[in-house]
Amino acid sequence: MAPGGKEEHWAIRDGVRKLCRDFPDAYWRRLDREEEYPRAFVDALAAAGYLAALIPEEYGGSGLGVTEAGIILEEINRSGGNAAACHAQMYVMGTLLRHASEQQKRRYLPPIARGELRLQAFAVTEPNSGSETTRLETRAERRGDRYVVNGQKIFISRVRQSDLLLLLARTTPYEELEDKTQGLSVFLVDLREVRGKLQVQPLETMMNHHTNVLYFEDVEIPAENLIGKEGRGFRYIIDGWNAERILIASEAIGDGRWFVDRATAYARERVVFGRPIGANQGVQFPIAQAYARIESADLMRFEAAWRFDAGATCGAQANMAKLLASQASWEAANVCLDTHGGYGFARDYDVERKFRETRLYTVAPVSNNLILAFLGHNILGLPRSY
Amino acid sequence: MKIGVCIKQVPARDAPLTIAEQGAWIREADIGFEMNEPDGYALEEALRLKEKHGGEVIVVSLGPERTKQTIKEALAKGADRAIHVVDADFYRLDPLASARSLAAVLRKESPDLVFTGLQSDDHGFGQTGVLLAELLGLPHSTIIMQIEVLDGKLKLKRELEAGWFQWMEVPVPAVLSIQSGINKPRYATLKGIMAAKKKPIESVERASLGLADEPTEKLERIYVPQKTKKTEFLTGSAKEVAEQLLEKLRHEARVLS
Repeated sequence: MAPGGKEEHWAIRDGVRKLCRDFPDAYWRRLDREEEYPRAFVDALAAAGYLAALIPEEYGGSGLGVTEAGIILEEINRSGGNAAACHAQMYVMGTLLRHASEQQKRRYLPPIARGELRLQAFAVTEPNSGSETTRLETRAERRGDRYVVNGQKIFISRVRQSDLLLLLARTTPYEELEDKTQGLSVFLVDLREVRGKLQVQPLETMMNHHTNVLYFEDVEIPAENLIGKEGRGFRYIIDGWNAERILIASEAIGDGRWFVDRATAYARERVVFGRPIGANQGVQFPIAQAYARIESADLMRFEAAWRFDAGATCGAQANMAKLLASQASWEAANVCLDTHGGYGFARDYDVERKFRETRLYTVAPVSNNLILAFLGHNILGLPRSY
Repeated sequence: MKIGVCIKQVPARDAPLTIAEQGAWIREADIGFEMNEPDGYALEEALRLKEKHGGEVIVVSLGPERTKQTIKEALAKGADRAIHVVDADFYRLDPLASARSLAAVLRKESPDLVFTGLQSDDHGFGQTGVLLAELLGLPHSTIIMQIEVLDGKLKLKRELEAGWFQWMEVPVPAVLSIQSGINKPRYATLKGIMAAKKKPIESVERASLGLADEPTEKLERIYVPQKTKKTEFLTGSAKEVAEQLLEKLRHEARVLS
């Protein structure tokens, strides 16, 4: 079987492509300009069941793997859209799926699968702990049948558009821990009925991701909303990292293909000095090079996805897929902008919007430097560099 | 209610088309194909009738092996099964030969209704539905904008020219050509795509149907209209030039009445 060559994979691609046709460039451009959430798009995709790809059939989803989920996200980005909200609705529930009790799963997963309940916000990062997750400070203290949360989170997207938020908070002080990977716990916060004071302060960024700073002041969470065991939260989060990296790689590849498509079309059409600019090697070769890099990153993405879905170890492949795909899409973005010249900066061409959006993937959800550190230390056995 | 829906696979909307060397059709090698858009409305209308009145939707398609992809899309949207009349070289067929092929397999099914799109987005002959009705010996109506199921018959709304509509009744069984825009076709759902894998597709070689293969018409050549640019200078006084310009805008460019 060729990677991605399964018959239903083509059908899924085709299905997503047709849906995306109804949400053309102008739709995304308007959302970007008005900093609006892609409500109509997310609703259409949810109604057609695409966002429930990873939810098992017994909870109302399709029970597919990250291979298929990645194809869906790739096609969204390739169509000129942005899959961030879809990515979150598809994937944040993974922590519930792997670690929640049967009762919690029965309660939350079916409405998430139907798209009625939005779980698109995941609060991990803090001002004082970015990549060093085990240092986070937001505190959840047990008081009787509830936890009381105090602290601050940053870069938490779609809080205002979500019904539920997954929260990683400290339940044991750092200094009391022997194993520093313990002491953090995962909670499900119902944003529709917050008890205590949760301040959501929008953080303007260079792309339309609806991100925020969160201030928790005595926010009360019922103890039954603890996911899994207290103190095991960091482990639960790590369990989802490989899948997330493969999905992010898929989105970057979708972007990369969009940039190559647009650059190619423009280089063919735009005539300067009496011939299409694509006839110049200086224009043509960078596009060809970007294309080759996207295609090679795609091979690593499918290698990682295949391994993940088969239950094989895939840490190295998932990280390399994210590294290579984010680099390739960023290169393609620059090539596309160069090819368009001044027009690339004009809003109506969409290149500058996609350019801003794709820049994120080299930085989030994990910086590429940390991936290199992981490969150097964990895979190649070099001394720890951080 | 048993509804047969004829669907055709045509070059994708955004496919870059080039003319094949023989000159009578396009080069197919590097382009994508998709469901003929008007047929998508016919399929949607059949699915809605099935959902409301029960029954079965059977899609019937004539074309080469690649047509299976479009058939599966129809199954993913909710059709129950499919019949694929396989012909690797079906673009040589004229509308009568196409209609004969579809009629041969539909006759065996004795459907209550047969739907087609109004026309295909490639050849656009717009004849298949009408010919099919004649071959099946069934009543036919075109440009259908609304269907109401009455006892043993249908009440139909047809679109006429200039914003006019017409109501009429036909007995069942019947063949209907569905107007584009009658409904909003659904998206294939992810579950539908997965379920389509298990739905039956019966493949019938067109050659095995024992149909006359002599075309009644032949496509000689297709070509891209030549673009020409002509600049004409109007001379005379301002008034004369304005009059000439007005004349041209009225009668040549026809942008003024």
